[in-house]
Order: sequence, then C-alpha cells, then structure tokens
Amino acid sequence: MEEISTKVLVIGGGPGGYVTAIRAGQLALPTIVVEEAKLGGTCLNVGCIPSKALIHVAEAFHHAKAQEKGASPFGLSVASPTLDFGKTIGWKDGIVGRLTNGVAGLLRKHKVRAIAGKAELIDGKSCVVRTADGDKRIHAEHIVLATGSAPVEVPALPFGGPVISSTEALALDTVPATLVVVGAGYIGLELGMAYAKLGSKVTVVEAADRILPVWDPELTAPVAKRLKQLGVEVLTATTAHALSDDQRALVVRQSGSVDTLAIAADKVLVAVGRTPRTQGFGLEKLDLTLQGRFIAIDDQCTTSMRNVWAVGDVTGEPMLAHRAMAQGEMVAEIIAGEKRSFDKTAIAAVCFTDPEIVSVGLLPDQAKAQGFDIVTGNFPFLANGRAMSQDDEAGFVRIVARADNHLVLGIQAVGMGVAELSSAFALALEMGAVLEDIAGTIHAHPTRGEAFQEAALGALGHALHI
Amino acid sequence: MAIRIIKLPDIGEGVAEAEVVEWHVKPGQEIGEDDLLAAVMTDKATVEIPSPVGGTVIELGGEVGSVMAVGSKLVAIETEAAGSKIEAVEDASKAAPAAAPVEKPAPVAERPKAPTAEKPKAAMPAKVSRPSPEPVFGMPLAAQAKPVASPAVRGRAREAGVDLRQIRGTGPAGRVTHQDLDAFMASGAVPVVSSRTPKREGVEQIKIVGLRRRIAEKMAESTRKIAHFAYVEEVDMTALEELRAHLNKRHPDRPKLTVLPFIVRALTHALREFPQMNALYDDDAEVVSRYAAAHVGIAAQTPNGLMVPVLAHAETLNLWQTAQEIRRLAEAARDGTAKRDELSGSTITISSLGDLGGIVSTPVINRPEVAIVGINKMAIRPVWQDDRFVPRKIMNLSSSFDHRVVDGHDAASFIRAIKERLELPATLFIEA
Repeated sequence: MEEISTKVLVIGGGPGGYVTAIRAGQLALPTIVVEEAKLGGTCLNVGCIPSKALIHVAEAFHHAKAQEKGASPFGLSVASPTLDFGKTIGWKDGIVGRLTNGVAGLLRKHKVRAIAGKAELIDGKSCVVRTADGDKRIHAEHIVLATGSAPVEVPALPFGGPVISSTEALALDTVPATLVVVGAGYIGLELGMAYAKLGSKVTVVEAADRILPVWDPELTAPVAKRLKQLGVEVLTATTAHALSDDQRALVVRQSGSVDTLAIAADKVLVAVGRTPRTQGFGLEKLDLTLQGRFIAIDDQCTTSMRNVWAVGDVTGEPMLAHRAMAQGEMVAEIIAGEKRSFDKTAIAAVCFTDPEIVSVGLLPDQAKAQGFDIVTGNFPFLANGRAMSQDDEAGFVRIVARADNHLVLGIQAVGMGVAELSSAFALALEMGAVLEDIAGTIHAHPTRGEAFQEAALGALGHALHI
Repeated sequence: MAIRIIKLPDIGEGVAEAEVVEWHVKPGQEIGEDDLLAAVMTDKATVEIPSPVGGTVIELGGEVGSVMAVGSKLVAIETEAAGSKIEAVEDASKAAPAAAPVEKPAPVAERPKAPTAEKPKAAMPAKVSRPSPEPVFGMPLAAQAKPVASPAVRGRAREAGVDLRQIRGTGPAGRVTHQDLDAFMASGAVPVVSSRTPKREGVEQIKIVGLRRRIAEKMAESTRKIAHFAYVEEVDMTALEELRAHLNKRHPDRPKLTVLPFIVRALTHALREFPQMNALYDDDAEVVSRYAAAHVGIAAQTPNGLMVPVLAHAETLNLWQTAQEIRRLAEAARDGTAKRDELSGSTITISSLGDLGGIVSTPVINRPEVAIVGINKMAIRPVWQDDRFVPRKIMNLSSSFDHRVVDGHDAASFIRAIKERLELPATLFIEA
C-alpha cells in the first residue's frame, strides 16, 4: 500500500474542503484533498450551480411563453417557443464541468494534491483511501472533515423509481408532465417553480401550515402569490404518505382530515432537508463529540479531538456553501499559525424562488425575542423605478434596527434579483452599520438597491419616495 | 387653564394606603381622559388608576415605591378648562367605571420600571445626521455580547491579543473604530491573554418594591418578633416511596402524586393530637387561637417571589384531591391568577424546595402562625439495620416553631407523630 505523509488532509472536495485546501496551499502547507465523487461537492455538481442554471432556463422559457400569448405589456411577441430539454441539461452540465475543472486547476496551481477515492479514517492522524489504482494510506498532522450533507430520505418514500431527490431533479431526461414536491423549503420551491415554468403541473406538499416556514409570512407572501399565478398548487398542513399502488400518484393526507388524496405524479421530488454525512467513512472510530446529528465545533472549527477540524454542512446550520468556504479559509490560516476565530456577524441566506428572498441577520420577531426594542423600515419595489422598468414590482426591502442606537440587526428582501443585494446587506451588518450609515450612502439611480436606502430612511421616519 | 389635583381613590374595603409600583405618565406629558396614570399595589392586588380628566401632567405625588395614603395627592394635572388658578380637587375614583380595581394578585414585581428607564417612543432623531457626537450606547444586552466592529478591526484586535469588549467604541452604536483600537493600545493597555477572564465592573441597584417589599417586611417582622427554634429529624421514606410508586402506576389517569400530598396528610393527622401547632398567636392581645380546620399554606416560588397559596381544609382532601389542589394553587400563584382568599388564611405552613431542598433548612415562620415544616431533599443513604448497612431513602424534615408559645418537647413529639405516619404509611389511612 502506498504510504503518504502530509501536513493537512482534507476529506471532502466541496466548497468547505476545496477552499480549505486552496488556502492551505497558498500558505505553503503540504495539503491533500480526498474526494470520492467529483470536486466541487454538492454545490457545484448537484446543488447551487446546476439549480441556478435550470432556474435561468425555466425563467427564459417562461418569459418567451408569456410573450407568445401576447401577455407582454410592452408589445413583444414571439412565435411558439420550444425548449430542447436535453440541450438544457447539456448546457448545465457544461457549466458544472467548467467550474469543477476550475477547482481542479486552482488546487494544482496551489500545489494541492487531489486524490479521487473513498477515504476511511483509521484514527485522528491517518486514513486509507480506496482509489482506482489501489489503496493509499495517508498520515497527516491535521485532518479537516468536510464531508458535507445529503438529502434526507422520507421513510415512506425511499428514493428510487419516480421518487427523486434534488440530485436527480437536476438531471432529468425530460420535463415531467406532473411533479409533486414534498417539502416547501427553499430547495423544493426553487425546483418546483422552475419545473412549473418549464411546463410541469406542479403540486407542493408541506407539513407546516405555510411555505418557507423559517421566514415570516410577510417575507414569503410574494412567493406564495407567484406560486398561485404559476398554477402551482400548494397543500400546506399536509403529509405525504406513500406512492399509490400503480406508482403513478402520491397519496397525501391533510391534517384534520381522515380522507387521503392521490395526486398524479410522474415524479415525486422529496426535498425535506439535508442531513450531515457522518457515517460510512470511519468517523465513529474518532468518537468525536456530536451536537445533535452534527459534529460539534467551537469558534475555530476545532472538534473534540486535537488537530481534527470540521467545516461546512457536517458542522450544522446554516448549511450554506459560503459559510463552509469562510470556515475552510479560517481553518487553513489557523493551521498555518495565524490567530483567527469565526466571529462573523452575518451569513446571508438566499432563496432563488421567483421572486427571490434574501435574509441577513435577525427577522423582526427574532430581534424582539432576543429582547431588543426595534424599529423597522420597509420599502416596496412598487415605488422603485427600476422595478417598474423591469416589469416586476413584487416585493420589498426591510430593515430591522435597534430603537435606541439604530444598530442594524437584520435586513430582508424579497423581489426579482434581490439575491444580488445580499452583498450590500451582509456588508452593512458585518461593518456594524447604523440606519444613518445606510441612509447616508448614495445609492445609484435607478437601481433596486435604492429600496435598501429608502428602507433605512423609512426606519428613521422619513422615506423620500413613498 | 386650571390645575386639578387627582387624589389616590379609595380602592378597596379597608385599604388605607397603597404603594406606587409603576407610573404610566411623567411630568410634562399630555394625557387624555381615562389614560392610565399609575399602577398601585395594595395587599396583593394591583390597581390601575385612570385619569378623570385630560391635560398636561405637571407633578407626580411620589416616586415608584412610595406608599401613599388614600386621599393623598396622586398627580397634578393642568387642564384646559376655564377658571384660572382654581385648584380643583378631583377624586380619580369618579373617573370611569374602569377605575374598578383590577384584581391582579401580585404580578407586579416584574413590572416596576423606573420612569427614567422608560424609553420615549420618540427616541428617533428627526433628521438624517450622524447621531449626537456623544455616542449613543444601547442598553447592554446579553444578545449583543459581541462588540460592534468591522472585520478589519476585529482581525487587528485578535492579532494584538486585545479583547474588544474592553474598548469603549466612539462610533455610532458604540462601534469600535481603528482609532479606538489605536488609542487603547497606545494607552499601554496590557493585551489580554485569552485565558484570563476580564474584570467585571459596575453595581446594579434594584429598588425593592411591590411584592418583594412585602416579603421583606413580613420576613423581618417574623424574625424580629418570634423566638424561632429549629428542629430537624430524619424520616425513612422507603416504604412510602414504594406505596407512592405503586399508586402512580395503578392510577396513571389521576394526577401524579409527589411526596407532598402524603406529608400534608401526615401533618393533618398529627395536628389532631397537637392542636397547639395549628394556631395563630396574636402577640398584641396575647391570645393563641387554635383552629380545628387545617388550612395548610404551601410556600411556593413564583417568578415574582415567594408566595404562600393555601390548601383550605386540607383535612377533608384525599391524596389525589390534595395533589390536584396543590398543583392548581401553585399554577395560579405563578401566573398571578390566584384569588386573594387563596393567598391568605393559613394556620400552618409547609415549605418545600422541591428538587433542591438541601440537607437542613431553617424556615421562617409565616407569622402569626406558630409552626412551619420544611421538607429537605430525599436521598438514598446507608442505614445500619441488624448487622449490616442497607440502602434506604432518607429525607429530613427541618421545622421551626415559635418558642414563645411552643415548647421543645411538644415540637419534637409533633414531628415524631409525623415521622411515624410517614414511615408506616398504612397508618396514614387508619382513622385512629
């Protein structure tokens, strides 16, 4: 068996793992990253990136279809648009390929060795990797666990046949005529809306009493409205039971009802959450302290074992690529001897539904629950020139600040393209902005960002354009 | 313009004075008719006093915590009515039917707020500008334990080993700037080693008002007047615990029995033999009144402080009725819905600290009662039986008696009577 020694061993080549490895390489630490599938992890291969590609195509097709019907208010019409879905998937795969190759190139550039294979931990200092050309034993001073997460399976609806996870939903051969989405979280709604725009008859089944239950109803209302306009049926307070006997429908039951209901489904997309990957690679041998299902870490991403680190989804919520990357960067720097800790104020959450939702920091109710006396400001896109000129005025920007010193505690937005505002929102929170800072910053006209400034002005009691 | 003096109205039978626990208005404030002026507390009831007139408040009759006699000046209000310089005197009870006392037993302790702490809603500056040059500091909140500083400042501080919480930021909302950090380091501040806990400074003054003050007064009076003596005895609860477990298993549908209902039962039985313990001592009149009924006070901790809801006629209740009534009373005391007669009239009191309980306690007698029985924590202890140690469930009873009217021998005999019943639980159910 080939024996290799290194300073840093990263297990998992997703955003958490590859960023750890790149940064470690930049800091001249001998580094190896092991990935059993493809570099880029969930995010690049079967998550963030391919779903955005599919959403973009769905959006373009939907617009063209709308114009075909002469519904365009500005007089554009097109003749029966069609979509070659095979080509769509090919285009998406092309993007994924470019990005994963890019990751491989970056690792090479920083002299990180990437090994394709399945790692099995031996102890806190070594592992065996089973590769196509034999087993390799790797000894490392530091091990960084970046094994990510996997879609949660519903016991009554095991994946297989018509029951698919988000992974399969991004690689279908054809657009299903009928699609039932189980779970009205961000993954289910992003994909459900995309397929509705691509032509599927979509039904969303959610156990809670509303969609996107992690956010307040005010913030999610524009999405609920758009779902309705798209003809997506949303069944809240409803649980999925099983496939029908002929495998062509999903049987559900609404809470409080004794009768079940069968919904025709060529495909059933189960998107009820993600679970950390803590099994199947010898982690039990390390006997690390867990926090619930996740590996317990402190503010430096150290685990309960010395020189074993963990980053990304395997360490808990929020399971977001940008959090994993920030953790990975920090861990590499700590290993290199720098003084760092994860002291971030804000991690933006973005939901690429139509319209998009951004949330950074505290929601109004969360701020109140933490004992803050708050003021809020809310500016609708209805009164924003850029939104009007883009023919999509749904949504608003909302700011939550302390009433006493105006420190901004949270910023939320819902509307077309607001994902791009997340950088400004996060920067404001990270810099410790007060309402006057945002109100006093000139925001370019005409942009949707003006709503951000106006929301701050609104919280101060004198919005200009409403 | 006229000045109207609003007097503290007669807010209940036999109430001669009340304590102001919260002001809803402050001098200079304009108010409307029926707006609430203040919350005042009488014996365990809080009453909201509305204003009979509208106008501008010009003076308050006292501060939070001051005790006012009925009929004394509560507030002075300048009204727009004609007749200048006339000092009309107004009784607030003539205001609106809303003046009827709101029976709200003692949920007041959490409410008192010094008027200064009340943030005016108009705290927002009316124009966009940097906040006043003197930085506005928010109330320190646990939630905002993190210092406000940009990532660059945080990074520099970490490299220099400086704990940002030690720096008073001069930026808006107390934000620590690069200049603040420079000044702090230039001042020769010793970099904080991360393992050292920063010094804690500051004194928090808490005004003792409302229920807390009543508790303070009662406790002080009890220890001042009563010649307390404590008596501690241990009780072997093993047999009773077996019975209790059996009953709970057999009747899963009934309220779960704790030890308390058994002790209440043992107590009420023992009181038949020792009526001198179930008594109130009026030390002014020098009369001891022995009661036939056992009205057992159960000392309970509530969010606002100690309260003693009363199990009236405990001698008539079976175990489950006792359990249910104790639970109901404790909840009512906790959420402030207990009625006044449920909080008074006890003839003897049981004090239990539940899972805490300790080994020994010296409970303070609920004057004018003459005895209080405290329950300590039950624990498995080795007990010498025959020729070996055996594990037994042992619990102490720590009691206090008023030595002015109860002798030590009687007290010891009384506790033994309770102990015997608890150790041989069958006797609890024999009407001897």
